[in-house]
Amino acid sequence: MDNFEPVIVAFCCHYCAYTAADMAGSQRLSYPPNVKVIRVPCSGKVDAMHVVKAFEKGADGVYVAGCLEGDCHFKNGNTKAARMVAYVRRYMDEIGIEPDRLEMVTMSAGMGYRFAQVATEITEKIRRMGPSPIHAAIETGKAA
Amino acid sequence: MITAERKPLEELIEYIRPYRRILLVGCNECVTVCAAGGRKEVGLLASGLQMALLKAGASIEVREHTLERQCDPEYVEELVPMLDGVDAVMSMACGCGVQEVARRFKNKPVYPALNTKFMGASERQGVWAERCMGCGNCLLGETGGICPIARCAKQLMNGPCGGSTNGHCEIGDDVDCAWALIWERLKELGQQDRYVEIAPAKDWRAGKGAGPRKIIREDLAE
Repeated sequence: MDNFEPVIVAFCCHYCAYTAADMAGSQRLSYPPNVKVIRVPCSGKVDAMHVVKAFEKGADGVYVAGCLEGDCHFKNGNTKAARMVAYVRRYMDEIGIEPDRLEMVTMSAGMGYRFAQVATEITEKIRRMGPSPIHAAIETGKAA
Repeated sequence: MITAERKPLEELIEYIRPYRRILLVGCNECVTVCAAGGRKEVGLLASGLQMALLKAGASIEVREHTLERQCDPEYVEELVPMLDGVDAVMSMACGCGVQEVARRFKNKPVYPALNTKFMGASERQGVWAERCMGCGNCLLGETGGICPIARCAKQLMNGPCGGSTNGHCEIGDDVDCAWALIWERLKELGQQDRYVEIAPAKDWRAGKGAGPRKIIREDLAE
């Protein structure tokens, strides 16, 4: 796959990461267009099924962005999300997808710079890893 | 409830490798509560199986369905219209559900996706522990509501044994000594006299000792 542009899905909590993305925009900070943001009411609302489906549909990387530790608007949704991410990473290993393609990150609503930085870093990391084996298999299937 | 855990994906893939289309069937009862084989787990496993096979250059169609209860023939009947063109069935129910599906559909191979574990209770969110072994002759009334059959590693009728230390069983510090729990509970209830009584040897025929069991309610049986 030449000129590989990774598809990255970011599940962003409405109270922090999504607002931080807004902040990044108003600060005119740019981040890679590879990142597709999905706003969720709380990172704890993101289910293992949402993450697994993203990979099944061909995402090369997924991250869940929640509030800083102790700052969840709903008390502990972010810690639940972190446990869900750890669980799905183990499942990905069973399936044969590198677990490092999935990450949990935290930030506050004011961290526009961090949002852009995380988006850039994860995009670069996934770019170096190459397409996910599922994405590659989907492309091969289309070509055949 | 009956508790279960999903088998390793590798084992499940070996089961389904020869097939083109399978039906993955969950159960809305016990295995949903212990997060092993409900609708959500069916979805997760279907995705996982499809991705693992796609990665290996193969493909499989996984149909998903979750029954209200897989251990009753009335519900299993619902699967009839879904089986057209399906090569095999994979059940995410406990062993009872798997067998009920296998009994109904004699010409379809049926595979278990779960390892059925035990009859247990939820200690806290995400933690289940064994509580009952279905011995057929409940003695919880004598033991302060704590079962020495399911919760004592040796199934002692008169305990504890010498392996009990500070309330823990010798098999592991994370295992409570059932007889220590029983003693504490009887003390709280002021029923220490029950502890002093020597329980006779248990008649295991009421349990699995006399082979597979059956309950027949004459008033209900047709």
